[in-house]
Amino acid sequence: MLDPDLVGRTFVGASSTVVTQEAITNFARVLGAENFDVAPPTFSISITLAQSQTLLQESGLDWSRVVHGDQRFVLSRPIVAGDNFICSATIESARVMAGNEIVTVRSDLHSGSELVASTWSTLVVRA
Amino acid sequence: MSNFEVGQEFAPKTFLIDRQLLVAYANASGDQNPIHQDEAFAKSVGLPDVIAHGMLTMALAGKYVSDLAGGSGAVKEFSARFTKPVVVPANSVVELVISAKVSALENGCAKLDLTAICADSKVLGMAKAVISLS
Repeated sequence: MLDPDLVGRTFVGASSTVVTQEAITNFARVLGAENFDVAPPTFSISITLAQSQTLLQESGLDWSRVVHGDQRFVLSRPIVAGDNFICSATIESARVMAGNEIVTVRSDLHSGSELVASTWSTLVVRA
Repeated sequence: MSNFEVGQEFAPKTFLIDRQLLVAYANASGDQNPIHQDEAFAKSVGLPDVIAHGMLTMALAGKYVSDLAGGSGAVKEFSARFTKPVVVPANSVVELVISAKVSALENGCAKLDLTAICADSKVLGMAKAVISLS
């Protein structure tokens, strides 16, 4: 069970992630894309999923029982090779519905002071 | 790009999903959850078979949106609900059909409503994208 005191708290990653051209190309190619100059719209999940799991490791959230409920991306500009991101994860809300925990996590990717991508994931922790 | 009109519908596109694609997406995205690769594990947690990553379905819909928008760089917002799993049995190819309709035009952007169908069921709900027309 997620520690309810953590709702509203933001956890900021200690180290940054550099986006490589290889990572963009690999992701885009799987989708059948032929243009690799900018990252596909959902590429940021390849950074934020692992980072958020690490950042929220001590939160009490049982990641092994998590089902992805919904996902939203807002991009202020496309992600490109060379971007050097610090990831932060905020637990925006947590509630229990029919025995399942429903947790909304916002993950932001900052390059310096610039907020490039915000993502919201609704996670359903199955009872 | 300026010839988008409210109500305009775009031709559907079919994406093919097989187990190989699930492995490729797992490697590219870093999501190695075994429910997307290991049939025995998937069944052990109550799933009918291996299922596709919801984020793979969304990424393929994102490819469709990028193509409409003239490139991934024009996609400003993208959201979806994962309403039904895409089941991917061994040695088979599953068809995912994506289509879109323009719901609004504002501030130099088009808002799109997306539909994602697999095996006669909607697999994404409330799927929406905002693309820049400039």
